[in-house]
Amino acid sequence: MVDKKLKSAYDFTWKNMEVGNIVTEPGNASARRTGDWRSDRPILDKNECIKCGFCWLYCPDAAVKQIDDGYFEIDMYYCKGCGICASVCPKKAITMVEEVEE
Amino acid sequence: MSKRVALEASHAVAEAVKMSDVDVISAYPITPQTHIPERLAEMVANGELQANYIPVESEHSALSACLGSVAVGARSFTTTASQGLELMHEVVYCGASMRFPMVMVVCNRSLSAPISVWGDHSDVMSCRDTGWIQVFCENSQEAFDLTVWGYRVAEDLKVMIPVMVNLDGFTLSHVTEPMFLPEQSEVDKFLPVFNYPYALNPDKPMTHGGLGQPDIYTEAKVAQEIALRKSKSVIIQGWKEFGDIFGRHYSPVEQYRAEDAKTLLLTMGSYSETAKVMIDERRARGESVGLISLRLWRPFPYEEFRKAVSGAETLIVFDRSISFGMGGPVFSEAKSALYSEASRPKVVGIIGGLGGRDMAVKDFEYVLDRGKEIAEQGSDRMIEVVGVRGEMIKA
Repeated sequence: MVDKKLKSAYDFTWKNMEVGNIVTEPGNASARRTGDWRSDRPILDKNECIKCGFCWLYCPDAAVKQIDDGYFEIDMYYCKGCGICASVCPKKAITMVEEVEE
Repeated sequence: MSKRVALEASHAVAEAVKMSDVDVISAYPITPQTHIPERLAEMVANGELQANYIPVESEHSALSACLGSVAVGARSFTTTASQGLELMHEVVYCGASMRFPMVMVVCNRSLSAPISVWGDHSDVMSCRDTGWIQVFCENSQEAFDLTVWGYRVAEDLKVMIPVMVNLDGFTLSHVTEPMFLPEQSEVDKFLPVFNYPYALNPDKPMTHGGLGQPDIYTEAKVAQEIALRKSKSVIIQGWKEFGDIFGRHYSPVEQYRAEDAKTLLLTMGSYSETAKVMIDERRARGESVGLISLRLWRPFPYEEFRKAVSGAETLIVFDRSISFGMGGPVFSEAKSALYSEASRPKVVGIIGGLGGRDMAVKDFEYVLDRGKEIAEQGSDRMIEVVGVRGEMIKA
């Protein structure tokens, strides 16, 4: 599982950046909270879900995970709210709702 | 032991590239740089130089190929001029920002239109802000020396910034001059093997040239600016060590009979040597005149420049290009470098030598006399240009 405690952009100053901004740790994009770009949030209704896995298959950012009971969960740390999962769901079990500041 | 030879400056550069044991050469021929890639291609073809010569379809590709080869740790070289440098332009920025150490020789030539294959400094002035270390040469010897020195500085782990070596198209690139060619062992002593710490390798994957979002871009650019400014100490140290081995000494601001001079002329590149003849003649007549030339253009040598002009009453800056809408770029920078000084000379700007227009000794006499006149009386002319036909309008 991804270590979400890796450095964020705000931990960097001009002094501690790698020469030429080279990324020396491969795969560290997983540490970036890409979910904060989201303007719409997918809400999954388990009562409608048939565990077909379309949302998991189609998610372009691998933000959908299957959990122990066979249902799917969307990781809001990464989900950018593109709505593809809602669009491909054959049971219309996923609805997109606007993100509002709490 | 160095041997004394007669070499065209372009061929002196090719010899320097060979003796720097470059791994990859990628260049597209363009006047007046052609003799450099031509000679290098010959050296690779006949086995004199063990390197990969990548023939490319444009200058954009030439520099891109070099950046790719530096990224895997290969010492790389390219060379261009004028429109070629312009076509390269976006990649020029990438090379410096991605901190790829390499050397590019630019045979300075004017820019279109009208089409002109002859020399001035328009091409390099369009690259002032690209982040490369930029130096100017006056003769074949310097073209050789600064190319070898360029690798040493660029590849220093405290620097990691590419170096642009400027030499004037035709008036230097095509001129055969006596010079000292050192032994390979001397070059090897000065220039260690290139050991790029971020070389791409499948066993240790990394990313060059990633995205910088607004939350990181500012820090990236500040780091780059500070690295370029701090490179000056390595630049100077490199010249010192070069002098220790080869006996030729360079400094960010070169001075010629300038120490006690009341009037100083500032030049860059090969025309400085013509200007020196004029200075000698005036000195013989008892005039207090001297010359300074900017060897180092980027990072701008503020400290050395201020010191060099501190005793002068008048500084006449000779520009070989126009920053359209503003005037001479070197004049503008020289003036701004002195603005915060408590005491400073009057700074006057005169443009000349555009698109290969000859600047003979008598033309530099005009620059000096007119410069002194402007310093005393001011000028109401929109722009001061040596020998331009047609009466100049008022500003």
